[in-house]
Amino acid sequence: MSEPAIRLEHVRVCFGRVPALVDVSLEVREGEYLGVIGPNGGGKTTLLRAILGLVPVTEGEIRVCGRPPGRGRAAVGYVPQSAAIDRRFPITVGEVVLTGRISGGPRPLRRYTSADRRHTGALLERVGIAHLAGRQVAGLSGGEFQKMLIARALAAEPRILLLDEPTASVDAVSREQIYALLREMSREMTILLVTHDLLAISSHVRRLACLNGRLFYHGEPELSQSVIGALYGCPVDLIAHGVPHRVLSEHREEENV
Amino acid sequence: MFDALLRYEFLRNAVWAGLFASLLSGVIGVIIVEKKLVMMSGGIAHTAYGGVGLGYLMGFEPILGAFAFSLAAALGVGWFRRRGGGRPDVVIGLFWSLGMALGILFIALTPGYPPDLTSYLFGGILSVTRTDLMLMAALTIVVIALIAALYNDWKAYLFDDEFARIIGMNTVLLENLLLGIIAATVVVLIRSVGIILSLALMTAPAATAALFSGSLRGRMAWAAVLGAGSCLAGLWISYRMNVASGAAIVIISVAIYIVACAMRRIAHRSGRACACAGEGERKA
Repeated sequence: MSEPAIRLEHVRVCFGRVPALVDVSLEVREGEYLGVIGPNGGGKTTLLRAILGLVPVTEGEIRVCGRPPGRGRAAVGYVPQSAAIDRRFPITVGEVVLTGRISGGPRPLRRYTSADRRHTGALLERVGIAHLAGRQVAGLSGGEFQKMLIARALAAEPRILLLDEPTASVDAVSREQIYALLREMSREMTILLVTHDLLAISSHVRRLACLNGRLFYHGEPELSQSVIGALYGCPVDLIAHGVPHRVLSEHREEENV
Repeated sequence: MFDALLRYEFLRNAVWAGLFASLLSGVIGVIIVEKKLVMMSGGIAHTAYGGVGLGYLMGFEPILGAFAFSLAAALGVGWFRRRGGGRPDVVIGLFWSLGMALGILFIALTPGYPPDLTSYLFGGILSVTRTDLMLMAALTIVVIALIAALYNDWKAYLFDDEFARIIGMNTVLLENLLLGIIAATVVVLIRSVGIILSLALMTAPAATAALFSGSLRGRMAWAAVLGAGSCLAGLWISYRMNVASGAAIVIISVAIYIVACAMRRIAHRSGRACACAGEGERKA
């Protein structure tokens, strides 16, 4: 049996004394398209950052393509939350995607080759924003910005793609385009998608994990109300998708009363 | 003034110092503004005062002390930021005030009459010596070479430092290099506009340049040109009206920013008015 693309064994991650992940064991097989849902502060982003080797693991072990997280980075493409990036920085869409071709460094007099430019041009074409290659990122809509970040992550030709809420603050049309793009890419690579989009995710991903500090569920994407209730700590109506964190806090307030 | 420029070496030195300062503050200023490092740069500049004081106390060139203190402050702030120990603004504030306090203490401990520190605090571009000029030239060449040689790496790092780290770039090295470059820029600016006014020359031309250009390279070029214009105009005003050169340079560079903002606003309004008029005519 081949080594899973990502393997976590009893992983615990703490920030100071505060645990963000507790005893998380998870296997993501080669070619799997896994969605991860959970409330705000449930450790979803921490899970991605631990897989990337950006946060140290307090206990347990993580393997990415059979290697420790830091060394497996070359195989991993990452799409961060767009809110974490300064969108007013003076750089064009084409230049951003080209940065995805960089590996290592800093290297003096680094120049992008014509092969790099051809490859990034094809990626921009694939995500549907080739006409924006020369535009400054400050002029992009939320959906265009996300597509650019996806193209940048794909530029290094990764085997695994990690995405942190790629459909947050994008319009409905762009959201569907991004999901369609991810579905198409899931035939070529392993995808781990973190999202708040409860209603949409089950119809797009092939497997689902529910995380709230601990891993509550890992299996088929159809979720029962009881699993969702256990995950968010309160009854969640799927119609109210996208605001479960608010439901949770309101529920806690009611409990306290 | 042109006759005087040919006649007096101190004026020629001042012009060269102004040009070095503008070139450096133009290029680095854009990075400082875009990376939101303005307050950190202010902290690094003010910590330099401790080095000036130490130079007088120990009897070595105060500008070298300023460089050492700026560099130590830059690397110290960077270390605290990476370690996540304490809020960055608090750490910057502590370095800022500690540097100034040490400077005052060292000057007080210096035997004999206390030296005049006005030129270090508010700039003394007309008193720049040939040695100062050589140091400024060397630092300018080194810094510009570092920016040019690693331009594509800087761009990736400045846009998204976390992604740069993920693709295997040594971001700690780049961050320390950037902080060292800011420290070197501070030293060059101290001789032209002084510790207190250096922040204005690092930010005003860069902020104005952002109104004229959308690209990083374009902004750097605009900021260098605007900085040079401010320096030369400030020097001319200082020469004609016999006022402090550093203050004149800074007032001009800030005035250019205010005028450019106002012009842009007027242009936007008239553009909108034209568009509305065109729309009205089409409807009619």
